Amino acid sequence: MSDVKKFMFVNRKAPHGTIYALESLEVVLITAAFDQDVSLVFLDDGVYQLKKAQQTKGIETKNFSTTYRALDGYDIEKLYVEKESMDARGLTEDDLLVDVTVLTSKEMGALMGQQDVVLSF
Amino acid sequence: MLHIINKSALSNGSFDSCLRTAESGEILLIEDAVYAATKGSALESKVREAMSRFKINVLMPDLEARGLADRVIDGVSPVDYGGFVDLVAGNKNCQSWL
Repeated sequence: MSDVKKFMFVNRKAPHGTIYALESLEVVLITAAFDQDVSLVFLDDGVYQLKKAQQTKGIETKNFSTTYRALDGYDIEKLYVEKESMDARGLTEDDLLVDVTVLTSKEMGALMGQQDVVLSF
Repeated sequence: MLHIINKSALSNGSFDSCLRTAESGEILLIEDAVYAATKGSALESKVREAMSRFKINVLMPDLEARGLADRVIDGVSPVDYGGFVDLVAGNKNCQSWL
């Protein structure tokens, strides 16, 4: 495809309490089907979306956290987590379901500046 | 009084507002508010301090859903849905900080 655009999805909400995280995943998968350059960013409470060991049986909702592990099957391999957000929540890379690139706020800002389209969830 | 909080304290002011205005009683953290009950977060010292005025409870099914059931701050009481009902029934009144 000739006109590939750079898409960034900015995820800032915790999972389960609201529908944002799940809806973001749905749109990400749709975008991937159009062979675009997709980056996923996890900021603020959004980093909680990637926490290992989520077990939703008790709240009787879909455990969509397993989908993050399937993203590389859709050629979505650019996952970025802000270090400051992770630190504030006592999380480390070992706590996360998938391999990510950890960026500082400043680096994150630079990456945002390179995008054609930014979608916020 | 039982104070029920359901928003993440790192992105919403309801937990802070509760601590600022309420005198004492019990707090129950549910839904996205359960993150406040976890060790290692920037809120931990604030939560520990609040424990001198309030008994703090956390709804475990919500913490399990978020993958953090093994990180409850010492002194925070884990409750299940039955415990939620007991808290509501056992307090004279309750306030949901939406």
